[in-house]
Amino acid sequence: MKQTYLLVKSQILKTNIRGCKVFVRLLGVFVFLIVGIFSFSIAEANDFESSLKDLGNKSRSKIKIAVKRLGNIGNPAALPALEALKDKHLQISADGSLIILNESEDQGRDALSGNPVDLSSLTLHKPRINNSVRRVLSMAIGKLKLTSDSPEVRLQAAGQLLKRPSTDLVELVEKALDREDNDEVRKIFMLVLAKEGLKSDDKNRRLKSLNIINEFGNNDFKTDLEALLEKDDTGNFLEGDSEIRDHATKAISTIENRQFFINQAANLFYGLSLGSILLLAALGLAITFGLMGIINMAHGEMLMLGAYATFLVQNLFREYLPGIFDWYLVIAIPISFIVSAIIGIILERTIIRHLYGRPLETLLATWGISLILIQSVRLLFGAQNVKVANPSYLSGGIEVFHGVVLPYNRIAIIMFVVFVVISIWMLLQKTSLGLQVRAVTQNREMASCMGISTHKIDMYTFGLGSGVAGLGGLALSQIGNVGPELGQLYIVDSFMVVVTGGVGKIAGTVAGALGLGILNKFLEPVAGAVLGKIIVLILIVILIQKRPQGLFAPKGRMVDN
Amino acid sequence: MIKKFIRLHSLREWIFIFTILAIAIVLLPLFNILVPEESVLHVPNYMFALMGKYLCYALVALAIDLIWGYTGILSLGHGVFFSMGGYAMGMYLMRSVGKEGVYKSDLPDFMVFLDWKELPWYWYGFDSFIFTLLVILILPALFAFTFGYFAFKSRIKGVYFAIITQAMTFALMLLFFRNETGFGGNNGLTDFKRILGYSLQEPSTKMSLYIITTIVLFLSYILSRYVVQSKLGRVLTAIRDAESRVMFSGYNTVHYKLFIWTMSAFLCGIAGALYVPQVGIINPSEMQPSNSIEMAIWVAVGGRGTLSGALVGAGLVNVAKSWFTVAAPDYWLYFLGTLFIVVTLYFPKGFTGMLARFTSKEKSKESA
Repeated sequence: MKQTYLLVKSQILKTNIRGCKVFVRLLGVFVFLIVGIFSFSIAEANDFESSLKDLGNKSRSKIKIAVKRLGNIGNPAALPALEALKDKHLQISADGSLIILNESEDQGRDALSGNPVDLSSLTLHKPRINNSVRRVLSMAIGKLKLTSDSPEVRLQAAGQLLKRPSTDLVELVEKALDREDNDEVRKIFMLVLAKEGLKSDDKNRRLKSLNIINEFGNNDFKTDLEALLEKDDTGNFLEGDSEIRDHATKAISTIENRQFFINQAANLFYGLSLGSILLLAALGLAITFGLMGIINMAHGEMLMLGAYATFLVQNLFREYLPGIFDWYLVIAIPISFIVSAIIGIILERTIIRHLYGRPLETLLATWGISLILIQSVRLLFGAQNVKVANPSYLSGGIEVFHGVVLPYNRIAIIMFVVFVVISIWMLLQKTSLGLQVRAVTQNREMASCMGISTHKIDMYTFGLGSGVAGLGGLALSQIGNVGPELGQLYIVDSFMVVVTGGVGKIAGTVAGALGLGILNKFLEPVAGAVLGKIIVLILIVILIQKRPQGLFAPKGRMVDN
Repeated sequence: MIKKFIRLHSLREWIFIFTILAIAIVLLPLFNILVPEESVLHVPNYMFALMGKYLCYALVALAIDLIWGYTGILSLGHGVFFSMGGYAMGMYLMRSVGKEGVYKSDLPDFMVFLDWKELPWYWYGFDSFIFTLLVILILPALFAFTFGYFAFKSRIKGVYFAIITQAMTFALMLLFFRNETGFGGNNGLTDFKRILGYSLQEPSTKMSLYIITTIVLFLSYILSRYVVQSKLGRVLTAIRDAESRVMFSGYNTVHYKLFIWTMSAFLCGIAGALYVPQVGIINPSEMQPSNSIEMAIWVAVGGRGTLSGALVGAGLVNVAKSWFTVAAPDYWLYFLGTLFIVVTLYFPKGFTGMLARFTSKEKSKESA
């Protein structure tokens, strides 16, 4: 590098002597700059390449130095190799080139060029690293990520720094903070600095750090703050400065308040999610039980059939249409509805219609149906659970608060429920079929006299109730495994929802389901999952004692028959 | 008083009942003891535990027939009362294991396993058989009384009652599944050694338990028959057929329903207590909602509102279950499911109804 520089310089001097001063001088400066930068970058690239090669060195200390240097150079191209080294997927071939293996270690690519490499022709060995190398590695990876162009990578790196802070990186973070324009990332950078700042000797810096923590901090800072308030054996505070202690106390209570609200918001969301699932499970039951007075113990199995229909559609797509696999769920919506509805109608025609007016017998007969359906599915698909994959647009979730992730599939189910409820409401209120259904519900004989074919309406209503259960099954398949006993898990809960909400009212079912879901989720952290559920059941039993007609009882007095 | 009891059945019926009783408690044990093992007529030892189990189920069916067959109240929660009796007996049996458990500790094994240092307060007293007996006789009945009082007072009936009893058994099942509840969690109570000092492994103990169960069932049957044929029983049947009219006639139906509901739970608790030493285990799965529904189908198969039908139904269904689970386990649920459907659709009076129709047809043939 120096030689080039001298060479150029002498060249410039020569031209100077020859005249054309101004122009040439400018040209000279320009050339000087270009060549200088170029040579510098070549040199850096060489440094980069050799450091990268050194990752495969036999000596651990050389690996360590190489890692440090790669971190300091700050070229993100080194990231894959560093991460592979950390995850033990980096190997060295006999000629010293580095190869990154994939997870299953059957394919590899060159660490520098990224080109695929044929593994069979190479003899490979792994560079050996120990914990001290790993520490340096994490730091270097963190550094590189902090300077990455993608804000998501920076956010992730900053988040990791927050978890495992290191004093060495403070400077780096400060620099990164100056450059940063993304508010989320800035916030985390500030927190990282604040966490370090707490340890400093400068009182102002500590107070400033406490203020930042007070403003943005989350639960993870509590231990650090509580450490400031600890007492020694004689009862004196370890922390001498009372102002610092006051600020720390304030920060703790702010954080706790904030965490409390976050928890409540999360409970609310999960409660809504559970409620929406219960609602899907119970809605069909509300139609058959509420509108027709039929206890359908096989209702849970309609859910199960809908879930299995979704499973079959998924398998067909995977087999024949892998290109548009993600769309299987959309196709499964009508199919799961139709499958459950048709089976429901068959049951209504063959068995249930003979039992109208004998609710307890209906209960037993439909229980028998449910046993047969469960066993049939078990023999057809096996007793094991089957897996229904989320389409890519439903996997993952958004993190709304620190530590609170709302999965997309649950959000989608909530929206789906809104859609289903509105459709059913429209169907019952705005169509002539709905009018006939309501007429039969209110007074069967009178409706029959007015020329409504009550048998047909019964059939349609039962089909609708079963079909909606099928949709519920589709939704359930997106959040859990699908097995023959799926329906059994929800049948008791569904009955509770219908009974709580009051029979014969869609609004009652909605209120019952959401109420129970939210109540369940708010009780869970206090009492534990099982005890919470028991408390809910007991509350329902008490509620039924008080209001046998449910929360949304139909107005007026009725004579029981 | 005795006359009243004698009048419950005709002479022919009494002879029939006592013949069955004699076969059950004299002849069968004799065939076990006197007939050599190689003989076809020998009754093997395992038969007594099996028969004892069926008899307990029959007692449950009897209890359900009282409340469902005669009063028209379908309970889907009788598994609770059965388990209460069962757990009480199980706790006594656990305590009488003493220090012979796997861990050689005074505490039941599962408590040692959970690292509990001392007995929870609700286990106190179960060292004594008398105390246990009192709990078995009182607790299920008391629980049923409390539950029924509130339920019947707020006029919960029909399917609503069925559903909340189902919720009750579901809730208790969840509660008992927890290890912290202190009843052995998932595994329940098992590995019993002896009852009243007699080893539970001994054939003679098993036979005695079987004979006791038979006698208890016989007495319960006579008591139930007495109740349903009394004036009180008439009112119960009237409640089943037209509750409003009974109320308008000046009867407080809550009292009647509460009485029969409590009595039903009482019998069911005894059945549970007899069941546990013969089967050797009690766990929360007895409280599964499906178990309680299955109990109802025993009664439906045998014929509701006949008492004897309930006994026959429990026997038939459970023998079928034992056969299917060995010979064709995959088809047991098909059989059971079909049974539920066929009985409700075509044989609302069950087996005894079918029998009665058959005999009356023959009689009419004879007269013609």
